[in-house]
Amino acid sequence: MAWTREQMAARAAQELGDGFHVNLGIGIPTLVAGLIPPGIKVTFHSENGMLGMGPFPYENEIDPDLINAGKQTITELPHTSYFSSADSFAMVRGGHINLSILGGMQVAENGDLANWMVPGKMIKGMGGAMDLVAGVRRIVVVMEHSEKGGAPKFRHRCSLPLTGAGVVDLLITDLGVFDIDRKHGGAVLTELAAGVTLEEIKAKTEADFAVRLR
Amino acid sequence: MQSKVYADASSALAGVVFDGMSVMSGGFGLCGIPENLITALRDSGVRQLTVIGNNVGADDHGMWAVLANGQIKKVLASYVGENKILERLYMSGEVEIEFNPQGTLAERIRAGGAGIPAFFTRTGYGTAVAEGKETRQFDGENYVMETGLVADLAMVKAWKGDTEGNLIYRKTARNFNPMMATAGKVTVAEVEYLVEPGELDPDGIHTPAIFVDRIFRGTNYVKHIERKTTRQRPAPVSATGAV
Repeated sequence: MAWTREQMAARAAQELGDGFHVNLGIGIPTLVAGLIPPGIKVTFHSENGMLGMGPFPYENEIDPDLINAGKQTITELPHTSYFSSADSFAMVRGGHINLSILGGMQVAENGDLANWMVPGKMIKGMGGAMDLVAGVRRIVVVMEHSEKGGAPKFRHRCSLPLTGAGVVDLLITDLGVFDIDRKHGGAVLTELAAGVTLEEIKAKTEADFAVRLR
Repeated sequence: MQSKVYADASSALAGVVFDGMSVMSGGFGLCGIPENLITALRDSGVRQLTVIGNNVGADDHGMWAVLANGQIKKVLASYVGENKILERLYMSGEVEIEFNPQGTLAERIRAGGAGIPAFFTRTGYGTAVAEGKETRQFDGENYVMETGLVADLAMVKAWKGDTEGNLIYRKTARNFNPMMATAGKVTVAEVEYLVEPGELDPDGIHTPAIFVDRIFRGTNYVKHIERKTTRQRPAPVSATGAV
């Protein structure tokens, strides 16, 4: 047993706080937008120049001048604002965005993150990922615990090219949750997914970690 | 004073394009791209171009046409997915790509247009992006030096403009256009609505006219959507309230 994609997203949604400005990556993080805890107001940032992303449009509301960073059509809300890419990344680089939830290929016990390229494959580019991990105040990574072949993705050091060095604060996988001290290094397992044992997660993890289950 | 207004994209590019030049082109994906100018750039036949933009079009759309026509030798971009020809030309070494983090690319253009030769950013520190670049510590944090960018030509797309060159963008079609307008040795703007001075609210101008050298009204906008995504309307509730 392990968490599903939806359960991982629901766990990530617990990191949202009232009044937060949040940037979501593609994949599992996108699901978080539909899982905001009741009583909390969250404003979503889209790095192509928008604060206050609304839901996907109805067919008759589609506007080609209104897309998110994943190039999907979206809608605006009463408090929406639009701005240039430079202003958008001033928000990111200047530490004005509270939280970013991103996918990952590999995370290391010192908080390094690799999620933008695999050597030998066509490089598509990092987009805004390097800016987000360097500038957003708190970085949460949501990813499968193991590669399809079983190789661990939470490691002593990333073997893939880095998106950022010492940038991850929290790692959520299908097997559990790890706090990472990105300044001084060191990971702590704080939660196990339902039905997952400590022995299983230890066997499937290369990174060193302490255990302080909540 | 000579008018900034031109009849169309090809006349607006006349005399400003040449082989080996650098060209900034606004847009994020296919949103807010200067469609008319891209077509005119392709038709001009100039080659050995260095193109600066967040993307290089997408299959069959946008700057892809200039790429497919063999006119581009180098690209500065943050993301080049969904572009099979670029993939092939990059893998075969015919086109060079310099990947820039998106925020770094935006700030390099902003800095270039503002006369700032370089700046320091945390983005990319400890990654391949920082290789060969100066780094420095400020208040115990590590930063990478990035340089400002200018280009021989900036092609931008706005929603409305006046004949003086003041521009207003629309929604997320703004993206890279405002910074690029400031960073072109020559900046050419295409707009959907070209109006007389006084018709735009001076308080609402996004790009002041000083940055724009030439302007024309674009036509036949396609505005292709890469990922049309919709939601279903909730099912109508029957009059009796029964489900």
